[in-house]
Amino acid sequence: MAVAPPSRRMSDSGLHILLIDQNVARASVLEEGLKDAGYPQVTVVRDMQNLLRRIVDEDPDVIFIDLENPNRDVLEQMFQVSRCVRRPIAMFVDRSDSDMIKAAVEAGVGAYIVDGLKKERVKAILDMAVSRFNAFSELREELERARLALSERKILERAKGILMRQKGLTEEAAYGVMRKAAMNEGRRVAEIAQAVVTATELLK
Amino acid sequence: MTRLIIGFIPLLDCATLVAAAERGFAAEEGLELTLVRETSWANIRDRLIVGQFDAAHMLGPMAVASTLGIGHVRVPIIAPCALGLGGNAIAVSVRLWEQMRREGTASGSPPRIQGVALKRVLAARLREDLGPLTFGMVYPFSCHNYELRYWLAASGVDPDRDVRLVVIPPPLLGDAMRAGQIDGFCVGEPWSSAAVDSGLSVIISSTAAIWPLSPEKVLGCRAEWAEGHRAELAALIRALYRAALWCERPENHAELAMLLSEPRHVGISPDLLRRGLSARLTLTPGGEVEELTDFYLPSSHWAMFPWKSHALWFYTQMVRWRQLELVAEHPALATGSYRPDIYRAALAPLGVELPREDAKIEVFFDNRVFDPSDLVSWLGR
Repeated sequence: MAVAPPSRRMSDSGLHILLIDQNVARASVLEEGLKDAGYPQVTVVRDMQNLLRRIVDEDPDVIFIDLENPNRDVLEQMFQVSRCVRRPIAMFVDRSDSDMIKAAVEAGVGAYIVDGLKKERVKAILDMAVSRFNAFSELREELERARLALSERKILERAKGILMRQKGLTEEAAYGVMRKAAMNEGRRVAEIAQAVVTATELLK
Repeated sequence: MTRLIIGFIPLLDCATLVAAAERGFAAEEGLELTLVRETSWANIRDRLIVGQFDAAHMLGPMAVASTLGIGHVRVPIIAPCALGLGGNAIAVSVRLWEQMRREGTASGSPPRIQGVALKRVLAARLREDLGPLTFGMVYPFSCHNYELRYWLAASGVDPDRDVRLVVIPPPLLGDAMRAGQIDGFCVGEPWSSAAVDSGLSVIISSTAAIWPLSPEKVLGCRAEWAEGHRAELAALIRALYRAALWCERPENHAELAMLLSEPRHVGISPDLLRRGLSARLTLTPGGEVEELTDFYLPSSHWAMFPWKSHALWFYTQMVRWRQLELVAEHPALATGSYRPDIYRAALAPLGVELPREDAKIEVFFDNRVFDPSDLVSWLGR
């Protein structure tokens, strides 16, 4: 764990951050990042029931919510009913915040800060949230690509096996047959392989 | 073909946008619309503001709120075109309905009677020292919020003391009702009908009954974007105009319902969607059906016209319910967010009849009249 220089970090370590995210993995990624950066007071909320009451009870300085979450609109009412929270919370209210808003929206995270909290104190936390959300999205996409590649490879192996058995071909020849079909039909080899497997199942 | 990215929320009244994108009306105008499904109004606002969306399906009051800078960075958003009138209903839990019935109301009763019954139920709760009831609506700056409050207040109920008003995202309505977290709500179709079908609630009024020809959604875009894309915006408005005419024709309802039922659009059964389209809604889990006059109008009664009086009325409600302070410059800024001038210019080539004025008076169920030229007396309420 990085040791933070005493002066500024000590005061900021008192900031209470609330993460509203039903995605366990993503929430841990951000929670860890924040703790490592010297913000130990992080609360993760996964249960969306009584969200407003939870926020009132936790009285956080900063709230993060993932933008896929429809409960985001629930948070929006906090601006209106300032008597329902002890300290009014606002999202970015300054034109100069537009870059931060854009980065946050593109990363898929919504951020709300207690009114009066200086933007400089919060910037590091916001940057962390944005970069972690982005990193998580990339990770998720990479995982999806890997899963797809793996399942396509499995189908390809099965298709090759079918053709080798049924047409007495070598593995190379079997692949060659599918590749030719793919080129002729303007499709991917993976699609041809799937067709072979599906047809074989149906014709059993 | 110019491509426009448009955000929307899965509701019955995204119909005009969907029809424009899918039934050739946009293509006729040289536009290709990419509709992006969103999960919250805050996202719609933010993605529009940062430019991920060119335009969006939006709650009318959001354009005013963003232009005035309430609760968020101030970014002028305009409504150059509305997306229909009505489409909302107010419903209560089955339990609350039973209590209201005992106080003398019945299925299909008008808003005044329903209001009296609710007031009596609340008075009884007060005598027995029970807490306030909780009502849900979709967003602080929404017609749902303002119309619910209007009806409650006109019925002698204080919307901030006698009941609690909270935001509930429509997809979470069912769970909230089952958990007993809310006793009633105001939401757009198909969610009211879905809740009735789940046996959870009874529809007690359409917002059209509370305020005939009441506004709902608009097409929102950044004022800055509109300035730089006048031709595309005009083309979009024309496409939406024709799409709205198509949506309103009963002979197209079956096809429209099927189109909207697709998971990429609303993702709910076409039968549920047909109810709002036909204005014949099932009010109770028991299956009582009622024809609700002018429930949802995509195009008739100038449903697409962005009336400045609507923007002004929203503003008065924001003041009434203390969402913002009364500031001299605000009324003009608020009405400036609605742009009938852009609408008129866009439809000029079509030679269709348009209203003579940009603002009109509005009449409510309690016979009160909103006259946009007499703001002072309305604000005095």
